[in-house]
Amino acid sequence: MTSLFERLGGQPAITKAVDVFYRKMLKDPRVARFFATTDMNRQRAKQAAFLTMVTGGPNAYTGKDMRAGHAHLVAQGLNDSHVDVVIEHLGATLAELGAKPEDIAQVAALANSVRDDVLNRASPTGASR
Amino acid sequence: MTQVRFDTTDVDVGERESVLDALLRAGADVPYSCRSGVCQSCCLRAVEGTPPSAAQVGLPPTLAALGHFLACVAHPKDDLVCVRPGALAGAVDATIRERESLAADVVRVRLTPSAPFDVKAGQYVNLARPDGLVRSYSIANLADTDGYLELHVRVIERGAMSQWIATDATPGTTVSLRGPAGSCVYVPGTPDEPLLLAGSGTGLAPLLGIARDALRHGHRGPIHVVHGGRTAGALYGADELARLAHSHSNVVVTRCVLEGPTSDGVVQGGLDGVIAARFADLTGWRVYLCGNPDLVRTLQQDTFLAGASLDAIHADAFLTRADAPAASS
Repeated sequence: MTSLFERLGGQPAITKAVDVFYRKMLKDPRVARFFATTDMNRQRAKQAAFLTMVTGGPNAYTGKDMRAGHAHLVAQGLNDSHVDVVIEHLGATLAELGAKPEDIAQVAALANSVRDDVLNRASPTGASR
Repeated sequence: MTQVRFDTTDVDVGERESVLDALLRAGADVPYSCRSGVCQSCCLRAVEGTPPSAAQVGLPPTLAALGHFLACVAHPKDDLVCVRPGALAGAVDATIRERESLAADVVRVRLTPSAPFDVKAGQYVNLARPDGLVRSYSIANLADTDGYLELHVRVIERGAMSQWIATDATPGTTVSLRGPAGSCVYVPGTPDEPLLLAGSGTGLAPLLGIARDALRHGHRGPIHVVHGGRTAGALYGADELARLAHSHSNVVVTRCVLEGPTSDGVVQGGLDGVIAARFADLTGWRVYLCGNPDLVRTLQQDTFLAGASLDAIHADAFLTRADAPAASS
């Protein structure tokens, strides 16, 4: 069974998805402030890595990377509602690129599985994916 | 068997190995993360040899044109000599052959390097004066055909380098150049692509270089140059821009000032406002942004939101010493 990453078209599809997803984030006043001082070139690569990961493509992101990478944003007030916004825009982006509802649900689940890492908190005991 | 050199490491790349595999095996210090050609941590630049284009997927075309590639997915056919992406080539002496005022506070300097100095229009060089003080300046011309490098220097009131250039650096003075650096370069291959070249102050220098390079390659698509300044006195290069627009029907020039009176051919408005008003949809455009850092950052975001693809937006923020971040832990 192929991954969504492969079915969407691999790397070139991810490059397009990054543009679509990142534009949604910048235009959304609920999360735009977290990108205020971001170097857009570095963002491009990070978003590509994130989208690759959540669509089941090859990646080497660890929980530790997600924690360390978002720590400064958590300090600025990043919380569950913002993660929800990300998952919302992720879904809309993938839908625009032709992903099916089942795929989108799977991606949302993958994104949710790193929620505690992103927000730098302990997972509830017993909870695992 | 291809050979790859990086820093002091010289290694043969095995049949099934990537450049990254080989370099790590030989003990080289190359950053990496995903090992799948996605995160771009392992990006290197080939200064000798042509890297495989398959290892350039995902990089903007400007970086690909300058020899950048992703080591973790590179299986080279050519021998390669690689450096870190930001590395500057060794110093070359250059002599100032001409120095001319272009405006009250802008000096044009033309330099002849003492040895071949490979630089593309729109890139920049680190210029060191005899006592070692170093500043970066962009290349405004086609150095390979002109035989000299042209820089536009804004003379700042307490600018150590710019004051020296304006007063002491007479023709015949020797300086040292390192570089080139930067990736705001024209990429041949899409001659009908619309280009937006926008900049403030001496940000015009690299934009002029890029426009000239585009036209030299027979670029057919529209080339919109937008030059902004705080006041009319901050704008220079009117004649040169008019010349380009006059001899090439696809060149359109807009000049704007934030404050004060406008004149023939100059409109009122800040660079970002003027661009937002005139370029509502930049889908499919290639955008080059040079000059004031805050303006460049704003324009990067604005042009992206207007539809330009992230890998079609190329920015060069002109930092001055005053912009250097304070030392932090």
